[in-house]
Amino acid sequence: MLEWIKNPWPWYIGGPLIGLTVPLLLIFGNKRLGVSSSLRHICAICFPGNIQFFKYDWRREMWNLFFVFGIAAGAFLAVAFLSSHQPINVNPKLVSELKDYGINDYSKLAPQDIFNWSSLFTVKGFVLMVAGGFLIGFGTRYAGGCTSGHSIMGLSNLQWPSLVATICFMIGGVVMANFILPSVLRL
Amino acid sequence: MGEIGEVKNSFVEKLNTDFEVRSLDSVCINTSVLKHPWWYNIKYTVAGLLFGIVLVKTEVISWFRIQEMFRFQSFHMYGVIGSAVVTAMISVWLIKKLRVRTIYGEPIQLYKIRFSKGQVYGGLLFGFGWAITGACPGPLFALIGSGTTVVIVTLLSAVAGTWVYGFFRDKLPH
Repeated sequence: MLEWIKNPWPWYIGGPLIGLTVPLLLIFGNKRLGVSSSLRHICAICFPGNIQFFKYDWRREMWNLFFVFGIAAGAFLAVAFLSSHQPINVNPKLVSELKDYGINDYSKLAPQDIFNWSSLFTVKGFVLMVAGGFLIGFGTRYAGGCTSGHSIMGLSNLQWPSLVATICFMIGGVVMANFILPSVLRL
Repeated sequence: MGEIGEVKNSFVEKLNTDFEVRSLDSVCINTSVLKHPWWYNIKYTVAGLLFGIVLVKTEVISWFRIQEMFRFQSFHMYGVIGSAVVTAMISVWLIKKLRVRTIYGEPIQLYKIRFSKGQVYGGLLFGFGWAITGACPGPLFALIGSGTTVVIVTLLSAVAGTWVYGFFRDKLPH
């Protein structure tokens, strides 16, 4: 049993478990799944400035920060105790493409060739870690939600604007991954 | 119409484009009136723990899996997201149908999301960020926990992006 848990889980196990977070949070206390709003609460708590967008009673939204703390802690536990530490097994076509960019380390979830502290100060590392992060924060708040808030929570409640958002997430991602990112990775 | 807890209030909807932040609409809407001590929030950490474990075990927080998804080289991510949506959809339908209440006996409220151009512009920008970093906001927290500590910088940058959006919000098309 433990052996089975330690291997990567197939989509038909993991997907439904992720989906069950929606009713769990609703039943726990009327909370709607959404992670990106935590970034807004951090702004509201630490540097609200004089910006109307960050002036609200963040104390009422503290549950969200407890939730994201749990995500980080859960990931730590999963890697420390529930992992077989096998390299990630991806499509060979991707492996050969990434080889051209000098990405060969599949030991962790993020490629350690790029996602490390020293490459933070290279152009490639800066674009991937800093510029990419900025786009996540700016884009999710502009869209009013992220993969969890729109694509899972919004779609499950049959909200068509969430479908629009999800389609745009995918279009943006496909364009970036196929047509723009390769030239960044070649740097 | 007729759906329990579905909140329709045009005044509130006009002000608020951010449907994840509950307290914004709480002025006009009768949301939870229960006041709980802070440690009642620990149950959300437990929910987060389970969420984080699943994110790691299905590898959805992996940069490699996201590259595969956007190159249409694997079904894995589509299977995860698709089955998550279907499970959540059935759950929400059951909650409405059976008028399920919270563990404190309050009716469960679901909200309509109003369309805004932000879902297009912001959605595309987030799509770029998702493909570049291989992470959405949930996975950012999970990646830090999983031991790729440099993602702290990506998270801080995402906080900065959120702040800059807040700063320019009135000038952006919505």
